[in-house]
Formats: sequence, C-alpha cells, structure tokens
Amino acid sequence: MTEVARRPRVSRGWSRPRGGSRKSSTAPRPWLAALPPVVLLALVFLYPLALVVQQSFQPDTGGTSLQPYSDVLGSEAFREALWTTVWLAVGATVGCLVLGFVLALIIAFVPFPGARSVARFIDVFLSFPSFLITLALLFIYGTVGMANGLWTDVTGAADGPFRFLTTPWGVLLAEVTYFTPFVVRPLLAAFSQLDTAQLEVAAGLGARPARIIRTVILPEALPALAAGGSLVLVLCLNEFGIVLFTGAKGVTTLPMLVYSKAILESDYPGACVVAVVNVLISVGLYGLYRVVSRRAGA
Amino acid sequence: MLVHSRKGKWTAWVLFLVLFLPLFALPLLVILAASFATNWSSVLPSGFTTGHYDAATRGEALQALTTSLVTALTASLLAMAVGTWAALAASGLKRRQRRFLDALFVLPVAVPSVVVGLAILVAFSKPPLLLNGTRSIVILAHAVLVTAFAYQSVSAAIARLDPAYEQAAASLGARPSYVLWRVKLPLLLPSLTAAGGLCFALSMGELSATMMLYPPDWTPLPVLIYAATDRGALFAGSALAVVLMTATLIALLAVSRVRSKASYR
Repeated sequence: MTEVARRPRVSRGWSRPRGGSRKSSTAPRPWLAALPPVVLLALVFLYPLALVVQQSFQPDTGGTSLQPYSDVLGSEAFREALWTTVWLAVGATVGCLVLGFVLALIIAFVPFPGARSVARFIDVFLSFPSFLITLALLFIYGTVGMANGLWTDVTGAADGPFRFLTTPWGVLLAEVTYFTPFVVRPLLAAFSQLDTAQLEVAAGLGARPARIIRTVILPEALPALAAGGSLVLVLCLNEFGIVLFTGAKGVTTLPMLVYSKAILESDYPGACVVAVVNVLISVGLYGLYRVVSRRAGA
Repeated sequence: MLVHSRKGKWTAWVLFLVLFLPLFALPLLVILAASFATNWSSVLPSGFTTGHYDAATRGEALQALTTSLVTALTASLLAMAVGTWAALAASGLKRRQRRFLDALFVLPVAVPSVVVGLAILVAFSKPPLLLNGTRSIVILAHAVLVTAFAYQSVSAAIARLDPAYEQAAASLGARPSYVLWRVKLPLLLPSLTAAGGLCFALSMGELSATMMLYPPDWTPLPVLIYAATDRGALFAGSALAVVLMTATLIALLAVSRVRSKASYR
C-alpha cells in the first residue's frame, strides 16, 4: 500500500505522474464523493462526542463551569479508577506480549500437525465477545468452580484457595486470555515473511535456539510486537465487558465509572468528564499505535 | 525450523499445549459443558440437563436472539454501505486527504464503546432527533462502532486490488460508474462479504454501548446473558452464550462460503 502511495511523489519532479492522471479521470472532484459518508459520520459520531465535551462543562446546577472537572478529578473514586485502569492495561499488555510471542514462535517455527487449524481457531476466538472469558473463568476458578472443586476433593478442605476472580487479578487473567490473539496474529504475519534460511545459517554456525530468537527473530518481530502491543493497550483501556461480568465492587475502571455514573447515578456531567479523560488517553495512544504500525508496515 | 532435536521439539509442543489448552480452549469447552449442567462443585459438572436450552430457545431468550440478529444484520448492512462508500471515495483521494479520512473512520475503534454509547445517548435524547428509548438508537450505536472495521477491511482490500482491471475497462471506454459496478465491486465481493461477516460477529457480541442505551423492549442477547449471570443463573447464562456463539459461527460460515464461491471467477 505504501509503495503505491509513494509512487506519484517520486515522479513529481518529472512529467505529470501517470497515477495522478488516472485518479483524476475517474472523477473531477474526488473529495465530493467522500463528502456524504463523512457528513453522516460527523452527524452520528463527532457531533455526539462534541456534546459529551460540552456537557462535561455544564453542572446540574446550571451555567458553564469547571465544577464537574474539579468534583470528579478530586474524587478518590476517580483517581483509584484511573490507577486501576492504567496498571491493568499495562499489565495485560505485557502479559499478552510475552504469551503471544511464545505461542507465535512455536506455531511458526516448531510446526506441528494442526498448527494451521490453531491459527484459524485464533481468528474465530477474536470474533467472540470478551465477556465469555469472564463467564468461563467463573466456572474454572469461581468459588464453586473446577479448580476449587478439585482442591476440596483432593484435600477434603471445606473450600478451595482460588478466590482471586473478584480482585483485579481476575480481570487481568481474563484480559490476557482474550487479547493475546491480537498479538499472535500480526506476529504470525511477520514470521511468515522471515527467511527461514537465516535461522538455518545461524543454527549451522552453532547458535542455540535462545540466541537465534534473541539475535535473528526478535529484531524481525519488534515492529509487529510494537503494533500489536499498542493495539492491545488501547483495547484494554477501553474494556468494559470483562470488568462488568467480574461483578466486583473492588474493580472499577474508567469505562466502568462512566457506566455507573451515567446509568446508575444519573450524574451525566460527571460521566462526561470521565469519558473525556478516557477518550483523551485512548485516542492519544491509538494515534501512537497508528504511527508505529505504519512504520512497521503492518 | 528452530529446534532440531526431537527432545527440544517435544518440549516446545508440551509448552504450547500447557499454555494454549487451559487459556484458550478450556474457556469455550467449560461454557459448553456448563450449559448442559445444573451443578459444578467438583472437577466436572454434574446434573445433566437440556433444560437450559429449552429456556434459551423460547420466550424472552428467543426474542433476545431475534433482537440481536436483527440489530447485527441492520447495523452491519448500514456500516458496510457507509464504510465501503468511504473506502472507495478515499482510494481516489490525494495522499493527505486519504490519511485524514483514514484517521476519521478508525476513530470509533479508539474511542471506548461505553463512551460511544454515552455520546449517542446524550445527543439523541433531545430534539431535533429524539431516538432515546427506541430500537433505532441501539442499531445506530452498533452501526457507528462497526463502521470502523468495515472501512478498514474494505480499504485494505482496495489497496490489494490490481489497478490493471479498472484501467483496462476505462481504456475500453467504460464510464466510471460502469467500472465501479461491473469491475471493482465484483472483484471486491469476497472481501466485502468477509468484512460484513466480521461486522456481524462484532455487533452480535457488543455489550458496552448497548448497556448504556438499550430500551426495555429491545434487549439483545449479550444483555440477557449479563442479566442471567448477574442474578446468579450461571448455567442458564452459559446456554444463552452457546446460542450466541453458535449463531455467530453460522453467520461466519455462511459468509465464508460466499467467499469461496466468488473466488472461482
């Protein structure tokens, strides 16, 4: 894609570029064709977002002021939610990167029968909603789930040791599980372009697998890791379903705070303030992701 | 081949199974197993029953399934129409304008879905457009959320398209609209159906924005699953989740068949 886009620029100094004349022959004013969808998007997406920003400056008492901001930003609940959101997102991203790298490495370089269907399974996995993972974890690690059942059966104790589901660790485990495929997919794409002869040469010269991974594969995988990692970071910052299904009062993230302020407390200015903060963080990071992934060519 | 020794290979595979099975395969299997059970206090569930499916395929649950299907179908058709139009228009633009359009249309991915829900709730709860409490507000929110994916997939497909076909058609005197209908869109059809399937799947599972604005008479399946698990009916919730996954998979399968049929051309 970048190649096609760059071509006209290279030839700009010479005669009229061929690419440009082809484009202009199909429509005299190409931006006119782009106008209807842009207007539509502005009406149903940008205009509502602008109203959220406007409402965040309008407290229920009337008038325009920074009151909602000082109320929300000063509150203990907001600061705790911000901190929980950030450390959960960073933790989950690191977890996804490590796990995704190991899984993609084995799928790509130590192939086994069925490796292809595993890759397809990952695609299907991505099309399921995230809250299913939390639902499943309730049966695996819940108070009367599989793991605790096994423990009580074996030891004869009254209840099992696994009770982390309603803590942030439960959310972290669910997020790592759900978002790892987002790292595996770009990694597999990057690995498929790696020349395996390089690995053979390195191995022939006596390098051990750990060294091959460090000096040959890892540099090749860095762009894909950066792109996948920043996407996962943004998605984790925005994740709502997993946190909602966890149902723990102790785990409140920014999206959860938006929901509880707007729907449960009907405090719309407060919800809008949290929403503005959340959007600023996420969109900023997403912009970074776009830059990184464009560099990576992903 | 990274590992050559037999022992090393088996170590890698065992490591893969130890990581992959409990993390990715187990959750889906567990939900399936739980949907047929009444009790799970040991390693395996107990009390086999198909009663949850009886409940999950009639009354409130059946209505929720229909709601989800109608919402997902309408929202993905809307999103595909707008996304395809925008992607086609963007491909004819200059580099900088196209970048702007790219950024604009993928913005809904970066904005949290909960905030998209809140924004639409705030905007359409007052005149001139009063949609709050209607089913259209849910469909609208879903359409906004999946338009970004439609746009991204279609513009990626357009970038892969060989320009020789449309150039040949145009050089033979075909008008731009004819080239679009008879050359470009048929060539894009496999990617369009694939993108439509993705939109459908995402909309079927959408929970965040829906929680913000669903009216009582338009409850999609994910909301019903949440309501069930929230009141402690985990096993009934699993049956609903299996119904949701099956419906999504059937749609994806149907779409992939369209794709393989079209690729013979």
